[in-house]
Amino acid sequence: MLNAMAPKRKAYRLIMRALMLFFTLATFALTALLVGYILARGIPGISWELVSTKPSYLKETIGILPDILNTLYIMLASLAIVLPLGVGAAVYLTEYARSRRVVAAIEYAAETLSGIPSIIYGLVGMLVFCQVLGLKTSLLAGALTLVVMNLPTVIRTAQESLKTVPQSYREGAFGLGAGRWRVIRTVVLPGSVDGIVTGCILSAGRILGESAALLFTAGFAHALNGFFKGLGSAGATLTVALYVYAKEQGEFGVAFSIAAILMLLTLFINLAANYMSKRLKRRIES
Amino acid sequence: MDLNKRNSKRTAETAIHAVFLLIGLVAIACVLMITIYLIAAGIPAIREIGLVPFLFGKRWASTAAEPAFGILPFILTSIYGTAGAIALGVPVGFFTAVYLSKAAPKAVKAVMEPVVGMLAGIPSVVYGLAGMLILVPAIRSVFRVPDGASLLAAIVVLSIMILPSIIKVSAAALDAVPKDYEDASLALGATEEETYFRVSVPAAKSGIAAAVVLGVGRAVGEAMAVMMVAGNVANMPSLFESVRFLTTAVASEMSYSAGLQRQALFSIALVLYLFIMLINALLNLVLKRREAK
Repeated sequence: MLNAMAPKRKAYRLIMRALMLFFTLATFALTALLVGYILARGIPGISWELVSTKPSYLKETIGILPDILNTLYIMLASLAIVLPLGVGAAVYLTEYARSRRVVAAIEYAAETLSGIPSIIYGLVGMLVFCQVLGLKTSLLAGALTLVVMNLPTVIRTAQESLKTVPQSYREGAFGLGAGRWRVIRTVVLPGSVDGIVTGCILSAGRILGESAALLFTAGFAHALNGFFKGLGSAGATLTVALYVYAKEQGEFGVAFSIAAILMLLTLFINLAANYMSKRLKRRIES
Repeated sequence: MDLNKRNSKRTAETAIHAVFLLIGLVAIACVLMITIYLIAAGIPAIREIGLVPFLFGKRWASTAAEPAFGILPFILTSIYGTAGAIALGVPVGFFTAVYLSKAAPKAVKAVMEPVVGMLAGIPSVVYGLAGMLILVPAIRSVFRVPDGASLLAAIVVLSIMILPSIIKVSAAALDAVPKDYEDASLALGATEEETYFRVSVPAAKSGIAAAVVLGVGRAVGEAMAVMMVAGNVANMPSLFESVRFLTTAVASEMSYSAGLQRQALFSIALVLYLFIMLINALLNLVLKRREAK
């Protein structure tokens, strides 16, 4: 067969196959090199002292414990707010909404939100949360900014999984005399935990990697605080700390260590998200 | 059930319905809030500077004794930078997506999926850091320029950052092409490659277009990675020159700005927002066309 093919077709075949293989390999090599480089330069610098202390000017040591805690606080606070909002919106869209126009408007708004660059979130967050609401530059203002940013992700994943709950379950519950809210509480939400958890993991990943939106809302401080005091005061997350150490202070060793930690956490979050979405897919298929 | 109890149950249901409606409307409220605040904060400086001098002025010197607020360098840098990133990233992403969706053995797919996921998950400051320490020195020594922090460095970083969304969205569109089309083409004697590129790709073209538009949106909106590799001087764009994008123009002066300078930064953000809205509208148009088909 192949021998009978015109040389032009044969060339097309070869070139296209070569291009596909080459670019796929390039993507793989690029990722492997990037991850390998960051880990190789960052991991040797990670020490117990680095992750368990705060920066000290007296001893001239750098510690990133405050940044780790700030990241954790921001993550907890944003998730605690965005989950009820996002899941609630998804419940409204799939269970309550009768008007197509309202559904379309909400979905369009969510889509618009997911396209807005994080620097704009940072700017508007600064105007609204820091200045108008008077929260000043604080972790809480940063967390609220991230709530708005992650709302579309949570709405979408929750909506997808609410749709996988079979209609017959709802009808069964209605038939037994349950009201709508009771059906949602006891049948629909428990049946869509997977999707809600997936949305939660995806948001956690975005929060972990976000920096531009936090620069002007959460600030740069490295103070060691408890949860509630921390929320009220300014603080750098790991990503913002990385930026400051690398760009403003030239502390590349610390920057690489933070980058390696971020990379490992991202890897872990990706694995968790993959596992959850596989589970979700299996349920949709069954 | 007595009537009173039933009535109170109904009121409770109505109240809960109302609560969910309100939560549902939060997303719309957020979009309105962002739009209104950006317009309100962005208009005053444009009024004072004048729309034409602001948009088409070639000089930005916000802290000079005689300040100038022309953002043409930023607009052009954002456009050139994005175009460059698309020109570099789309071919790589496109061929990778076709391979992964159509030709790749299962094992390769199983490896590449998490790889692409990883590329998407790497925080932008990490891209920036790697760019600062690998790419910038490399550009300096390869092209023998005094400073590698340049438009070119930003283009390369952006092209890598948009790869995962281009691969994911195009591959999803290619996966959705009906198997019958491909079978028919193969049965007529076309080779696999001819089938993929002349049947599957045209059938998925609106999805691939959506992937490109999404990539444009990502590239236009990226701030931190660009800030770390582009040098941040308000020059007119040129490949080996230190440049400032719309995003980095906002980010780099915000922390110490005051007065008209601060207001002008909000105006830049408004311009950026309008760009993004335009891209979103384009994306919706592309997606709608696909649905209509």
